[in-house]
Amino acid sequence: MRDVAIIGVGDTKFGELWEHSIRDIGMQAGLSAVIDANIAGEQIEALYIGNMAAGSLIDQEHLGALVSDYSGLSALHIPAVRIEAAGASGGMALREGYIAVASGMHDIVMVAGAEKMTDVTDEEIPTVQMAGGDQQWEGISGATMASLFAMMARRHMHEYGTTREHIASVPVKNHKNGAMNPNAQYQKGITMDTVLKSPMVADPLGVFDCAPISDGAAAVILAPLDIAKKYSEQPIKIVASAAATDTLALQHRESLTRIDSIKVASRKAFKTAGITPKEIDVAEVHDSYSIAEIISIEDLGFFEKGKGGPATLEGMTEINGVVSVNTSGGLKARGDPMGATGVAQAVEIARQLRGKGEKRQVDNAEYGLSLNMGGTGGTSVVHIYRRL
Amino acid sequence: MSNPRYWRENPSRYNLIGRRCENCKGVFFPPREICPKCRRKSLGKMKAYKLTGKGKVYSFTIVHDPMPDFTLMKPYIMAMIEMEEGVRLTGQIVDCEPEKISIGMHVEATLRKLGQEGGSGIIRYGYKFRPV
Repeated sequence: MRDVAIIGVGDTKFGELWEHSIRDIGMQAGLSAVIDANIAGEQIEALYIGNMAAGSLIDQEHLGALVSDYSGLSALHIPAVRIEAAGASGGMALREGYIAVASGMHDIVMVAGAEKMTDVTDEEIPTVQMAGGDQQWEGISGATMASLFAMMARRHMHEYGTTREHIASVPVKNHKNGAMNPNAQYQKGITMDTVLKSPMVADPLGVFDCAPISDGAAAVILAPLDIAKKYSEQPIKIVASAAATDTLALQHRESLTRIDSIKVASRKAFKTAGITPKEIDVAEVHDSYSIAEIISIEDLGFFEKGKGGPATLEGMTEINGVVSVNTSGGLKARGDPMGATGVAQAVEIARQLRGKGEKRQVDNAEYGLSLNMGGTGGTSVVHIYRRL
Repeated sequence: MSNPRYWRENPSRYNLIGRRCENCKGVFFPPREICPKCRRKSLGKMKAYKLTGKGKVYSFTIVHDPMPDFTLMKPYIMAMIEMEEGVRLTGQIVDCEPEKISIGMHVEATLRKLGQEGGSGIIRYGYKFRPV
């Protein structure tokens, strides 16, 4: 296997992009990554698209050909494929691109993630999100994705004494970070009071505990490390790529307070990278719901089980804390265009490791990690990155 | 959605019929043909097994922002129930005020209307839970 590096990154603003179609945003993110990588379009050998639900959101499948076509690559006839793993589609697409380059099958590939969610009404979104869980045995009873995470939150409170304030400190921190990210959907800080008093979605989780409905796209260009310097002054090495699955339905898990796919994927990734969680400076994790960030920072090994809430409330995951978590604003403030999220996480980590994090830059960041999750943890994808 | 998608699950949904692995005696619901513990050894040994319907609340939430089919029910109690047999089921709790519910509370399954296809479509029935 060859070493693989990110040589270019690009993204669109995340948010309600009424003026733009999925073609526009996919092209825009891809083009900015190509320009950042100093490559020509014809050097791209293959295209991997992370997308969760274009079929149900905009009645459009076949995104491989669509994105390739509208990125001006149709005459080159390159292979292009859409990868789906619910909310982990982007991270899984990144992994497929990584495998293609690491194996020697391709040299330069583009990985893009895109989702267009605002072309349907807000009322339709819970059904689409719930497709990442078990439609036949959870959804049919009226379970929404928020309700499943709410049940995880209640168990976490029951088993570890986690408080509503602990959980609410996640969106407060992520909005603070998002306020420093010019591409974030919400660039505005919020107070603890705002979270606690927000309308209930699924008790104990309120509106401010849930990632928003977003449009957006992100892209990275991958190349073998040995030629990466030819294109980029600051290539970022991907030192590990790991993915794991678990039961589709939450009800079949032994515990509701840990996510085994995160534990397995991250354990594999740390082993491959030859480092421990302590060495990670900056991490993007999957805060689709606030409780998910607390469980994630525990299962990734940053904090002991049950200590994720207090650690967040005490500021240990703020920028330049023990580990800087979701410097981009996370899914909550940067936005969560589902299939784009996993790729956007890689874009943020690459920016941080290049020292291009602007006002939200983590001091002297050397190692970064991204955790992209599908459903309630049916899939988790972990990548570890290193500054060269 | 087509009707067979729901019809084919009716025996299990109406009568709580899961499977028991004759190799490890593990009980599963909904039915599955391969035991995740015994895998190959379980082939052909996953026999129908009816749950008693009795269990305890393992976790719960009150849903205020449902999917369109459930709008008329809101707010409703969604729960995960740990059945006597050890398996957990996801379902609504009915005949109970939301503020009365707690982890560990004893409940039993009851056959109720889950929803229907559109405004005048076929009605879907299945299990919900109520306090005992």
